[in-house]
Amino acid sequence: MTDRRALLEGAFRWAVTCAGFASAGAVLLILGFLVAESAGLFLSQAPGEPGYPVGSFLTETRWLPIKNPPVFGLVPLALGSIVVTAGALVIAVPLGLAAATFLAEVSPGWLREVLKPTIELLAAIPSVVIGFVGLSVVAPAVKSLFHTQSGLTALTGSIALAIMSIPTIVTIAEDALAAVPMSYRDASLALGANRWQTTWRVVVPAAAPGLLAAVILGAGRVLGETMAVLMVTGNAANITLDPRDSVRTITATIAQEMGETARGSDHYHALFALGAVLYLVTLATNGLASSFLERARRRMSGAR
Amino acid sequence: MTEIVAHTLLVLATVVVLVPLFFVLVLLFVRGAPLLGISFFTEPPRDMNKAGGIMPAAVGTLLLMAGTAAISLPVGVAAAIYLREYAPDNRATRLVRLAILNLAGVPSVVHGLFGLGIFVILLRFGSSLLASWCTLALLVLPTVITASEEALRAVPDSLREASEGLGATKRQTILRVVLPAALPGILTGAILAMGRAAGETAPILITGVAFFCPELPHGVFDQFMALSYHLYVVATQVPHVPPELPYATAAALIQIVLATSAVAVVARAHLRRRRLA
Repeated sequence: MTDRRALLEGAFRWAVTCAGFASAGAVLLILGFLVAESAGLFLSQAPGEPGYPVGSFLTETRWLPIKNPPVFGLVPLALGSIVVTAGALVIAVPLGLAAATFLAEVSPGWLREVLKPTIELLAAIPSVVIGFVGLSVVAPAVKSLFHTQSGLTALTGSIALAIMSIPTIVTIAEDALAAVPMSYRDASLALGANRWQTTWRVVVPAAAPGLLAAVILGAGRVLGETMAVLMVTGNAANITLDPRDSVRTITATIAQEMGETARGSDHYHALFALGAVLYLVTLATNGLASSFLERARRRMSGAR
Repeated sequence: MTEIVAHTLLVLATVVVLVPLFFVLVLLFVRGAPLLGISFFTEPPRDMNKAGGIMPAAVGTLLLMAGTAAISLPVGVAAAIYLREYAPDNRATRLVRLAILNLAGVPSVVHGLFGLGIFVILLRFGSSLLASWCTLALLVLPTVITASEEALRAVPDSLREASEGLGATKRQTILRVVLPAALPGILTGAILAMGRAAGETAPILITGVAFFCPELPHGVFDQFMALSYHLYVVATQVPHVPPELPYATAAALIQIVLATSAVAVVARAHLRRRRLA
């Protein structure tokens, strides 16, 4: 009986340990898989058939996957992702941080209890729905306001993505502001500063690392977003910095072309290479954000 | 004076942030209203998605939610039990946590690529419900783990000590005392994960969803329809769709997602009350 019990204990412990390590291992598995599948593009598949040059993938300014011979240039797609992301942040960061500041520093407690979950509900709206609303409402508005040809522009994508990243920014920024010890505010108010001076000169600087982490995580969310940009940015692989132009992002390219490509073809491997680039960028973004969050945590626990 | 101006701006920003939520909800239900009757939910689409209802897509979405939860919940809860109850505080554990945190940041389209490579091709599931289940399960796994671990952490140590003091083993304590106490939090995480599974489009687009398939899937190796992808299709891929159709489809999807969140809130409150009684 005791033997059986010890066996059960060991088996249970072993099972949950496996689950823990398997969940963590998934990250490495995904990375390994993306790298392995990308390699199919760059390595020679048959004697006499050289692989696609890495330099060309990184510097070529055209993405022409079905041309003969095909051209797989990362530049226009990466630029598309950057333009849309930058535009979304220009809109979402001021709004998100201001809303977080209102919730943490100005609003009465009962209002915060209502508003914070409501804003988080915004995050529950699926991106395909945001994309559809962008298509049916934002695009016509952009078209008539900026006299663009179709309304399907980088700016339209930025607006849609701003809406999607705001809940992330508000939630994390509000947490960062709320973590600033009350004694900071009390000290500032006691010295005669008013509430706004206290917020702006004391609380916001103290929470800066956490606010930065909020912005970075918002950027990460935008960069990886697929359906909304696929539906509203027009998907032309242009080299442009003008938000009124149509652009095509890395994510939209993967989603749109994966269904049309033959498994094992160069095009197929090129889409995995795009996935690998995207994955590495989001890993770096998350790493950066967690280091800022860690710094914020240390700062707050050091000074009380 | 500056204080009044500054606070007014903060209030304005908060209002601007909230507007899209209500705008989207009102827009979808008002514009979709003409179609949103019982038959819209019970009839299959006809004429290459240009007419008819959304029955197979709605059922497909519910199937996605159930399957995703059924796969991710056991693994996620077990991983959370390891992290909270067994893991030593060392470098390896910190790496495991870091990896799970990073898994949460992987873009959904990358999950789709991975699912295509592993589940569809390597494991020969084909473009299927099963492949999409597995892909989405991995996608929501960090959500399930984080929520479950938080729920386990909220169980007071005195409960564990009392159980072990009565002679129960660690496994018995976890299964009979800690898990039941943590159930509300775990369920909330599971329901959040299901809401996410309902809304995701890019991963299923690559791993198994069907463009037009009026019949329900007969097994897990069949393709299926889903509301999220169906909305993408009727909004962008099919010409001459009646204008209300995409609005009504989006409204149906939002209903499922919001109802899921509401269930999470109610279930949580109910279980918490029962535990207190």
